[in-house]
Amino acid sequence: MKEAYEKPVILKLKTGMMNKFGSSPAYIRKVRKEIDGIPVEKLVEKFGSPLFVFSEKKLRQKFREVKNAFTLRYPNVEFSWSYKTNYLDAICAVLHQEGETAEVVSEFEYEKARRLGVPGNQIIYNGPYKPYDSLVTAVKEGARINIDHFEEIADLEKVADELGVKPRVGIRLNMDTGIHPQWSRFGFNLESGQALDAVKRIASGGKLELVGLHCHIGTFILDPHAYEVEVKKMVDFAYTVEDQFGFKIEYLDIGGGFPSKNRLKGIYLPPEVAVPSVDEFAERVCSALLSSLRPGDYPKLILESGRAIVDEAGYLITTVHAAKRLPSGLKAYVLDAGVNILFTAFWYKFNIEIDREVYGTSEPCVLYGPLCMNIDVVDDLTYLPPLPRGTRLILSPVGAYNVTQWMQFIRYRPAVVLIGENGEVDLIREAEDLTDIVRREKLPERLKLEW
Amino acid sequence: MGNKLSRIALNDEGFIFDPETGNSYTVNRTGLFILRLLKEGKSEKEIVKSLTETFNVDEREAERDLIDFVEQLRLYGLLEGKNV
Ligand SMILES: Cc1ncc(COP(=O)(O)O)c(C=O)c1O
Repeated sequence: MKEAYEKPVILKLKTGMMNKFGSSPAYIRKVRKEIDGIPVEKLVEKFGSPLFVFSEKKLRQKFREVKNAFTLRYPNVEFSWSYKTNYLDAICAVLHQEGETAEVVSEFEYEKARRLGVPGNQIIYNGPYKPYDSLVTAVKEGARINIDHFEEIADLEKVADELGVKPRVGIRLNMDTGIHPQWSRFGFNLESGQALDAVKRIASGGKLELVGLHCHIGTFILDPHAYEVEVKKMVDFAYTVEDQFGFKIEYLDIGGGFPSKNRLKGIYLPPEVAVPSVDEFAERVCSALLSSLRPGDYPKLILESGRAIVDEAGYLITTVHAAKRLPSGLKAYVLDAGVNILFTAFWYKFNIEIDREVYGTSEPCVLYGPLCMNIDVVDDLTYLPPLPRGTRLILSPVGAYNVTQWMQFIRYRPAVVLIGENGEVDLIREAEDLTDIVRREKLPERLKLEW
Repeated sequence: MGNKLSRIALNDEGFIFDPETGNSYTVNRTGLFILRLLKEGKSEKEIVKSLTETFNVDEREAERDLIDFVEQLRLYGLLEGKNV
């Protein structure tokens, strides 16, 4: 009988490495044969590769974990699903079922939420560019609008006149919370007095009712203390507004920004160590609120958490298409998925799992995508055993921002499936084909080719 | 076969020492198998044949892997010129 085969590998030993060899990266690998009990190979057989796979169980679990962290610490909490993080109907529907309202930042996202059945008054409308017509619709339908700049105040006053109503609005603030870079381009700056000017402007116009404050300090924030600063500054400002202008601030929307268990490039600690738990964030936020609010005053705390809720529920299955040796000696693999569908690969180092046992020592390697573009790198340095063609890699977490920021570039976008809590596997977005891309194109008659 | 390879020390555990540079390496079982044959001066064809006879691997994969392995040896300076 023939012996089991293992691809030939040679590794250079560094001095001092030999004794520790048993625990060197050469022998570390992670194998994942299934996602929520469904074999990886079965998924690919049916839906092709690459394939995005979402776990409904994980999504609901994660949402409940985040929600409980806050509702156990403060009596008046609303979660509003950040559509831009993942606006697939099925994902939004799960989160709406769980009780989230919708947070949108464009007329497109607004329309998508409405089409899914979300009532206008369950929508929060943010963003620096809200076309006039969309403001008319949003006011008519009772959406909560957070104003980004002075022009928008004027636009909304016009809408108020046009509809003969007094819209209830919020304003977006930006502030120094110790986070760099400071997101100062959205909303009105607090420290410079611009935010107070905005309130004055709204009060003197007399056509809008200021009822809320909004702020979003950044994304993948690893420092819970920043939220404490944000909340205290918002509460202080709310009382200034209430005392000086007679508005009642009914909600404090602190945006999103909590991290997922992902590994930001340049941070070498594993996410289990580097990423604070959601309880730590909740504790900071809620104790800052309770210690600075006036007795008996419990304005609604709104959270627009995106990545912390959906990132870990998403996986990408990708297939090794080819292997090559670079002139530097580094091993390289060509995968069928690249930055076209994994936008977050620019900032994060994914967890990489292999769908089968592969024998042989690991070696340093780089993972390239399928694009004929130099920037198409999924991982610029990882350790993997010699992978035969056809091996599937399972990358995670990829549930946040990839299926919204992916682009149809060079290749079609792949299918997305959702694994239900009882093991149902539902196709929630079909793989694209040529018809999706040419549907909007028009070829002038005079350019019709006759070959 | 280049005389470089013949000077290299190689043990059963797959430990390799290059006396010229002082560098040491480790190879897995298949790597060791191939290195021994290379040291004996076997041709690429012969090595592929031995691989398929000894291990559960088809000719195409063995050929492909041999090319990759030889490229690595060359990059480490363990083979000179066009040995294979
Ligand atoms: C206004 C607003 N809310 C919420 C979010 C969601 O952020 P995250 O995914 O970091 O929680 C964003 C993201 O940019 C945002 O701009």
